[in-house]
Amino acid sequence: MALTGVQVFKLLPKTNCKKCGFPTCLAFAMKLAQGGADISACPDVSEEAKTTLGEASAPPIRSFAIGTGDKAPKMGAETVMFRHEKKFVNPCAIAINIKDNDDSLAAKAEEVANSEIDRVGQILRVEAISIECASGDSATYEAAVKLAAEKAPEAALILNCKDAAVVEAAVKAVADRKPLINGATDENAEAMAAIAKANSCPIIACADGLEALSALTEKIKGLGVEDIVLDSGAKSAKEIIVNNTQIRRAALKKSFKPLGYPVINNVIRDNAILEASIASVAIAKYASIIVVSSVEKWKTLALFTQRQNIYTDPQVPMQVEQKIYEIGEPTADSPLMITTNFSLTYFIVAGEIENSKVPSRLAVMDSEGLSVLTAWAAGKFTAAKIAVFIQESGIGDTLTNKELILPGQVAILSGALEDKLGDWKITVGPREANAIPTYLKGRE
Amino acid sequence: MSFVVPKESFNGKVASVDFGKDDKALTIGGDSALPFLSFEGELPNKPVVAYEIQDCPPDDWPDTVREVYKDVSGDPVTWAKYCQDEQGAKAIALRLVSTHPDRGDKSAEEASQTIKDVLAAISVPLIILGSNHIEKDSTVLVAAAEAASGNNCVIGKAQEGNYKTIVAAALAHNHKLIAMSELDINLAKQLNILITQMGFDKNKLITDPMCSALGYGLEYTYSVMERIRLAGLAQNDPTMQPPILGDVGMYVWKVKETVASEADVPEWGSLEERGIAWETLTATSLILSGANLLIMRHPSAIENVGKTIDELV
Ligand code: SF4
Repeated sequence: MALTGVQVFKLLPKTNCKKCGFPTCLAFAMKLAQGGADISACPDVSEEAKTTLGEASAPPIRSFAIGTGDKAPKMGAETVMFRHEKKFVNPCAIAINIKDNDDSLAAKAEEVANSEIDRVGQILRVEAISIECASGDSATYEAAVKLAAEKAPEAALILNCKDAAVVEAAVKAVADRKPLINGATDENAEAMAAIAKANSCPIIACADGLEALSALTEKIKGLGVEDIVLDSGAKSAKEIIVNNTQIRRAALKKSFKPLGYPVINNVIRDNAILEASIASVAIAKYASIIVVSSVEKWKTLALFTQRQNIYTDPQVPMQVEQKIYEIGEPTADSPLMITTNFSLTYFIVAGEIENSKVPSRLAVMDSEGLSVLTAWAAGKFTAAKIAVFIQESGIGDTLTNKELILPGQVAILSGALEDKLGDWKITVGPREANAIPTYLKGRE
Repeated sequence: MSFVVPKESFNGKVASVDFGKDDKALTIGGDSALPFLSFEGELPNKPVVAYEIQDCPPDDWPDTVREVYKDVSGDPVTWAKYCQDEQGAKAIALRLVSTHPDRGDKSAEEASQTIKDVLAAISVPLIILGSNHIEKDSTVLVAAAEAASGNNCVIGKAQEGNYKTIVAAALAHNHKLIAMSELDINLAKQLNILITQMGFDKNKLITDPMCSALGYGLEYTYSVMERIRLAGLAQNDPTMQPPILGDVGMYVWKVKETVASEADVPEWGSLEERGIAWETLTATSLILSGANLLIMRHPSAIENVGKTIDELV
């Protein structure tokens, strides 16, 4: 909850010494309240005031990254319950759990290192490896953690072990990677928090239920560690959705600080498809990290895609790249249709062309993400602009007959387009996408 | 600071819609809370998944899902019985694909006969879907409603361009009705209003805001469903209270991810599991955003969505 300038002023030394660069404490307070200055500019402010101010200006869900480097997944900082209200901020990271005594540990870590794929212009990857201490042996665990770190040099590491002595040795071995310690329980909180603090690592607070979890995060915070991830002990899909919803609501709607942290969910199941399905529940419903048992390519592709869908900005129309898309295997005689680059328009039109089974080309023109009629009304899908796009694409040279099929909704453009594209034949296609299969088959 | 469960309660309630008959009848809806948040309201009925079949062989389905049905899909009656008896389907959705002018242009009478034959062979509830050809559906679905009279079926889809005759037929023969609009909450609302203004009971309506596949506009369907459910519950808008349908299978089993072989796209991994996962994740996402009824194709996807639902309730 933000403080007013006067509330902030009451916390300052009120000496008007000007060291902060402002003429008076009040002027500085006003600027602080607007978020235009940083409290550290005042050298004389009390620790107590700093804490109060820091808490008041902190986002309702704490934000930090796990690991180091450009690819370290960021989490937290979420502001809404539903994606239509505002963009969800930091996409859920995917972590694979590997046991320290698993013979294929190196291979699995390499799989993570090679998990990158490109989907609609975004590079997506498995971000993290959770190394589980199944052996119970400190030397085995440390060696496993080192091996995983070496094989997946950019992955974030999660140290899944509740024995503080074992964790301490492993953290030291990969301290430069700032691993996420998993984790602190009510029993070991002091020891684990001390390790996290000494190595500036984030830590997972593990408790059963939200009441115990709230008490535990307060305890950890009291021990000087603030980058906390929540594990509420949720196992079933029901516990995941209920706990995650209550955590986010408590943080956003009740400003309940003890649960104002990102959430981790374990979604491991025996059956790989079911595991993917439960993972998708956690991704849609507020998890910041999910832990899976395997990262087969088909599975990560599906999870990356769902994550991308959930985390797209609802206010910015999704756009596809302006270009001539080939559907099926078109030849020089195949039809050429044109539409706008609003992603939904593209998906529907391309889907119907696929349904027709007629190999075709679809020219997708940049109309700033507007649908056909809206783009036409806004002057972004005009005869002049279409003519320039078609000419510059050079597509005419590859066709036997220069013919362009216009969406029926903009039939009105056909005359002007014929004037501008002299040697082209302009044909008016169907008004609605679902009539495309009939139309294309009818032309054959 | 001690933790207090942050509950939200709503004045609105999703309508309960039953379909089918006798001991195999099903009920969907009745929700007074957001999906699966049973700690703050009533969620009396689990989402239902219907197996999709069609009145002609599924030549346009990709191999992964066509192969499963290859021995039974030559005949809709055999296919329907297989889904009910071997797969344990709780409901079946028969799509009258071959009535489409491009897909055989079968007559309304032929479709009626198919419906009667299928109804005679199964005891689980039947959902009857047209071929999504606006004009043709307006005659086929009228005949279908009559052929299925007395069976308390779900008939669809009534759209802006053809709802009048279909609504009248569903009304005359006492069926439930799917109203479909295209990915816009206002269009969905408007169509529901038009239909209820014809005297159709709003408690017999199911709304289909149009499905999209994972990666192909799923976020639009997801958010439209979420907004419909919030409008029905939080704003108590009666026109936004019908249960929601996700017609998943037909949107999923044509996208590249369910069709392209591993040889063509090695970085996408196994085609079989990829296709099944695609249908499963699309369906799971939609039950989270409010879908009460799903129409799906692959038995393994249906099974895993069923297990997910069982874990969620
Ligand atoms: S430095 Fe601190 S004490 Fe000095 S004027 Fe600025 S706010 Fe006041």
